[in-house]
Amino acid sequence: MKGFGVNLLGKLHLSSIQTKDLTTLGAAISILMGGLLVVILLSYTHRWKWLWREWLTTVDPKRLGVMYIIVAVLMLIRGGMDALMMRAQQATSVGSSHGVLSSSTFQQVFSAHGTIMIFFAAMGLMFGLFNLMIPLLIGTRDVAFPFLNATSFWLFCAGMVLVNMSLGIGEFSAAGWLAYPPLSELKYSPGVGVDYWIWSLQIAGIGSLMSGINFLVTILRKRCKGMTLMRMPMFVWSSLGASVLIIFAFPILTVTLFLLYLDRTLGMHFFTAGGGGNAMMYVNLIWAWGHPEVYILILPAFGVFSEVVATFSRKRLFGYRSMVWAIWAIVLLSFTVWLHHFFTMGAGADVNGFFGIMTMVIAVPTGVKVFNWLFTMYRGRIKFASPMLWFMGFIVLFTIGGVAGVVMAIPPADFQIHNSLFLVAHFHTMIVSGVLFGYFAGITYWFPKVFGFRLNEKLGKYAFYCWTIGFVLAFVPLYILGLMGATRRLDHYSSSLGWRPLFIVAGIGAVIIALGVVIQLIQLVYSILNRHEYRDVTGDPWNGRTLEWSVPSPAPSYNFAVLPEVRSRDPFWESKKAKVIHVPKKYIDVSMPKNTSSGIVIAVFALMFGFAAVWHIWILAAIGLLGLIIAIIYRLSDDNTEFILSAEKLARQDRVSDLAKEYVR
Amino acid sequence: MKKKTRFIIAVTIVLVLLGALILYLSKINIPVLEPKGPIALKERNLIYFALALSLVVVIPVFLLLGIFAWKYRESNTKAKYSPELDHNGATEALWWVIPGILIAILSVVAWNSSHTLDPYRAIASTTPKIKIQVIALDWKWLFIYPAQGIAAVNFFEIPINTPVEFELTSDAPMNSFWIPQLGGQIYAMPGMNTRLNLMATSLGRYNGWSANISGKDFSYMTFVADSVKHSTFNKWINMSKRSHYHLTSDSYATLSAPGTAKVHVYSKVLPGIFYATIDKYMSPNNTSAVVGSNYTPARANVSKGGMQ
Amino acid sequence: MTETDVLTRKDILKEERMQRDSTRIFGFWVYLMTDCVLFAGLFAVYAVLHNNTFGGPSAKSLFSLHLVLTETLILLTSSFICGLGIVAAHHHNKRLTIVAFLLTMMLGLAFVGLEFGDFYHLASIGDSWRRSAFLSAYFTLVGTHGLHICVGLLWMAVMMFRLLKGKLTQSNIRRLTMLGLFWHFLDVVWIFIFTIVYLMGAVRA
Repeated sequence: MKGFGVNLLGKLHLSSIQTKDLTTLGAAISILMGGLLVVILLSYTHRWKWLWREWLTTVDPKRLGVMYIIVAVLMLIRGGMDALMMRAQQATSVGSSHGVLSSSTFQQVFSAHGTIMIFFAAMGLMFGLFNLMIPLLIGTRDVAFPFLNATSFWLFCAGMVLVNMSLGIGEFSAAGWLAYPPLSELKYSPGVGVDYWIWSLQIAGIGSLMSGINFLVTILRKRCKGMTLMRMPMFVWSSLGASVLIIFAFPILTVTLFLLYLDRTLGMHFFTAGGGGNAMMYVNLIWAWGHPEVYILILPAFGVFSEVVATFSRKRLFGYRSMVWAIWAIVLLSFTVWLHHFFTMGAGADVNGFFGIMTMVIAVPTGVKVFNWLFTMYRGRIKFASPMLWFMGFIVLFTIGGVAGVVMAIPPADFQIHNSLFLVAHFHTMIVSGVLFGYFAGITYWFPKVFGFRLNEKLGKYAFYCWTIGFVLAFVPLYILGLMGATRRLDHYSSSLGWRPLFIVAGIGAVIIALGVVIQLIQLVYSILNRHEYRDVTGDPWNGRTLEWSVPSPAPSYNFAVLPEVRSRDPFWESKKAKVIHVPKKYIDVSMPKNTSSGIVIAVFALMFGFAAVWHIWILAAIGLLGLIIAIIYRLSDDNTEFILSAEKLARQDRVSDLAKEYVR
Repeated sequence: MKKKTRFIIAVTIVLVLLGALILYLSKINIPVLEPKGPIALKERNLIYFALALSLVVVIPVFLLLGIFAWKYRESNTKAKYSPELDHNGATEALWWVIPGILIAILSVVAWNSSHTLDPYRAIASTTPKIKIQVIALDWKWLFIYPAQGIAAVNFFEIPINTPVEFELTSDAPMNSFWIPQLGGQIYAMPGMNTRLNLMATSLGRYNGWSANISGKDFSYMTFVADSVKHSTFNKWINMSKRSHYHLTSDSYATLSAPGTAKVHVYSKVLPGIFYATIDKYMSPNNTSAVVGSNYTPARANVSKGGMQ
Repeated sequence: MTETDVLTRKDILKEERMQRDSTRIFGFWVYLMTDCVLFAGLFAVYAVLHNNTFGGPSAKSLFSLHLVLTETLILLTSSFICGLGIVAAHHHNKRLTIVAFLLTMMLGLAFVGLEFGDFYHLASIGDSWRRSAFLSAYFTLVGTHGLHICVGLLWMAVMMFRLLKGKLTQSNIRRLTMLGLFWHFLDVVWIFIFTIVYLMGAVRA
C-alpha cells in the first residue's frame, strides 16, 4: 500500500527539484527567465501563429538549418558558461580554499560541458550547415527525406531539452562526458544524472543517425544534372564522408547507451564490476563510436575551409583528387584507431603498437589536406575576409595540436600524457581550431545566402582575434600543466605544486574567448539592425565559385526555380568567366513537401519517454511510447504530403534573370 | 605605413610573450620533463624525438602560410595570379610521400618502444626487484608489500636503483596510477590485474596521482613515493612491521569505505588480500570482503585489459 | 524573357514519384545497414561475454535446440511466404497479397510467442538477465531481434488495415517492398543468432 503515488512518479519527488546548489539554481532560473521572455515577446508581437506555421512545422532545410544553428549557439553559450565555471574553480580551489563550486557541482559541470559541446553545439552547427548548404551546393531543392529531416532536428532539440532539464530537476551525470563504468553504474552513481546523460544522448543520437542516412541518400541520389561525383564541391564530399561515418558509428553509440541503461535499470551485467560484467568492453565500444565522431565533426569543417580558401584566393582548389582520397582515407582509418584513447589499459605491446601506428598513419591524409590548402593560396589573389582569417588561425593552431597528437600516438609517450591537461589542451586545440573555427568560417561565409545580408566584417575580425588570442592564453598553460602532472577533472590541488599562476592565465584566456563570443553576438545584432546597408543584392557577395551563389540571396524556399545543369567543378565561376549565365527559358511545375507538425509531435513524445525513463515513471513512459508509435503510423500513412508550386508562380518569382543581367554587363 | 607599424608591434608583442614564456618555463618544475628513473627518461626522450621530427612538417607549413599570405595578398597586384592552377602531380606526390616517410620512421619507433617500454616488462638490473601490490580504493591508494607483510596508505617507499614491480587492481571504479617523475600510467580496474615496472635512480620524494575520475573525492586521491637508500628502506620496513595497525578483513573493510584517508602503515597484512580483492569480482562465491589466509593467489584472474 | 511552358502536371508528378520511390527504397537499404551495425555491436558484446557465466548456467546447459529449430523453421517459412506476398503485390494481386501477409503475421506471432515463452521459462527458473553477464547479453541480443520482429508485425498490421480499406496503390507496393526487405533482414539476423548463440553454444564444451 505504501505510496502508490510515489511509485506513480517513479524516483521523482518534490525534493528532486533543485534548490540547494546556487550555481545550478541560478542557471535553471536564467533559462526559465529566458524562455519566459521569449514567450512574452511572442505574445506581445502576436507571432505565435507565425512561429508555428513558418518555423516549428517547417520542412525547408534552410529553416531547419537556421534553427539548428540557433540551438547550437545557445548550447555553445551554455557549454561556455560551464567552461568559465571550471576555470574559476581551478583558479581558486587551491590549498585550504575549496573554490567556488562543490566537488559534485564541478563534476556535473565538466560532464555537461563535454556532452553539450560535442552533441549539442558542434553537432548542431554541423547539421545546421548541412541543412543550409548541401541542397544548394548539389543543385537540388530539398533533401531526400524532408519529413525525416525535420524529425531529426526535433529529436536533437528533445535531447537538448532533456540535458538542460537536469539543471532544475534532479542532477546531471558526474561521471565525465563518456561516463566510464563502473563509475557510471548504479552502485557508484545511484542518482538520475547518468540516466539524464544516457537519454539525452540516445534521443539526440537517433536524430543524428537519421540525419546521416538522409544526407548520404541526398548526396548520392539528388545531385543535379551533370554533377558527377568528381564535380561535387569539397564541402559535399566531406559531408558525404561524415554521413558514412555517422551511419557506421552512431549505431554503436545507440547500443552502448542502451546496454548501460539496462545495467542501471534492469540489473544486467554488461559493464558492472562483478556479475561477469566487463567495463573495458564499454571503453572499447564507446571509443569505437567516439573516435569516428571526432572525424564526423571535423570533416565538414575541412570541407568549409576548402570552399573558403578557394573563394578567397580566387583560385581553383588545389589537388581536388588528393583531397577526395584524403577524405576517404580518413573515413576508413578513423575506425582503426580507437584504442589510442586507452593505451594505459594494459592491452599489451603488440596491440598498443598497432593502434599507435594507425593513429600516426591518419596524420598523413590530414597533412595532405593542409598542403593542398596552402597551395590553393599559392598564386592566388587572397582577400583576407573574416572566413579566411578563421582559416589562417585554424592552420596555425591545428598544426600545433596535430604535433601534440602525433606525440601522443606513441604509446609509451602517451603513458606520461594520458588523462593529463596536456591531453585536454590537445583535443581542445583540434576541436576548437578545427571544428569551431571551421563552422564559424562557414556561417560567416554562407550567412548572406541564407539571410540576404552580410555580417559586419570589422566585428567579425575582432571576434576572430579574441578567439585566437584567448585560445592561446587558455590552452598553452594547460599543455604545460599537463607536463607538470596536472590530471584532468581536478576540483582541487595543493598549493605547493605551483600550478596556480598557469590556471589563472588559462582563466584569463577563457574570459577573452567569452569576449569573442559577446562580440559575435553584437556582430549579429548590429548586422541585423543595419541589414539594409549590408544587403546582398547580387546573390554573390564573395565572388563565389559554386552553385549556391547563382541564386538570389536569400535563397528562395525552392532553391532553384529550374534545376541547374553543371559541366565543371566551379560551375558558377566558369559561367561568370564565360559571361554566359543560363537564364531559364521554361518553367515547370514543382512538387514541394507540405509543412507538418508530425516532427515536433514525435519529438515531444520522445522527450516524454526519455524523461520518464530517467525517473522510472513507467506510466508516462508507456504514454510516451504509445504516442510515439501512433504519431509515426499516422504520419507514415499520410499519402498527401506534397503540394504543387505552379510554373506560373515560379516564373513570376524568379529573379535569376535580373541577376544575370548584372553579371553579363 | 600604418599597417606596417601595426604588424611590427604585433610581432614584437608575440616575441616578448614567447620570451617570457621560455623564461618562465626554465624556472618552474616540470615533472614529466625532469625524469628520475629510466622509464620516465625514455618516455620523455620519445616526446622530444616526436616533437623534433614533427618540426620537419611544421616549419614548412608555417613558412608557406606566412609567405603565401603575404605575397599573394589581394593588394599585391604584381604577384603572379594563376586562377586555373589546380593540381601538380609531382608536388602532390611530395606531400603524400614526405609525411609518409616521417610517419614510417615514427611507426618503427612507436612499435619498438611499445615493446621496450611495455609496462609489463621487467626492468633489467642486478639488484633483485621488489614487488608492490596496489589497490585503488574510494578515494585512497593502498600499497601492499607482500614479501615484507606490510602495507601503506597514500604513501610508499622504494630503495634507489631497484626495479619495482607494481601489480594493480581496484576495489572501486577505474583509476589510473601515475608517478610523472618515475614513469607512465596504467589503469587499476576492479576484477583486473594490471602491472607496471618502474625504477628510481635518484633519491627524492615524487608525487603520484590518480589520473582517471573515480567519484566525489577523486581530486584528493594523491600519494607520494619516496626513493631512499637501501638502509633507510630496510629501517622503514622494520619500523612498519611494528605498526599497531594490522591489515585484517575488518580493517580493510573500514579502509575501503568511501572517503579520504591520511598516510599510515599496516603491519601483519592478511596474506592473499590482493588476489582476493580481484577475485571477489570474478566469481560469485566470495562476494564478502576478504578471504582467509589459506587463499592461493594462483587462482586469481591475471588478465590483460583492452581488446577482449 | 520568362516564357513559360507548362508540361502536363500528371507527367511530371509521375516521374518525380517514381524517382522518389526508388530513393526511398535506397534510403531503407541504408537504414538496414545501420541496423546491421547495431546487431554487429550486440553480437560483439555477446562474443565477449558468452563465457562470463559468473557461476550461472552456460549456453550448453540452458538452450533447447528443439525449440530453437522450431523457431527457425517458423521464421524461415514466414520469410518465404512474405516473399510470395511481395511477388503478388507486384502483380497487383491484392487478395493473394493479403493472404500471404496474414500468414506471415501469424507465423511471426507464433515465433514471438515461443520466444517469449522461452524467456519467461528462463526467468522463472532463476536464470534471468540479472544472473550473469552471459545471460544479460543473451537476453539483450535475442530480445532486440524479438523487438524488431514485433515492430515488423505492427507494420504488417498497419499495412493489412490499409490494404483492406484501400487499393494496392504504387505507394502501398513500395511500403510492402520495404517491409519485405525488413522481414528478410530479420531472418538473416536470426540465422546468425541461431548459428552463433545456439549452435555454437551447444557445441562448445
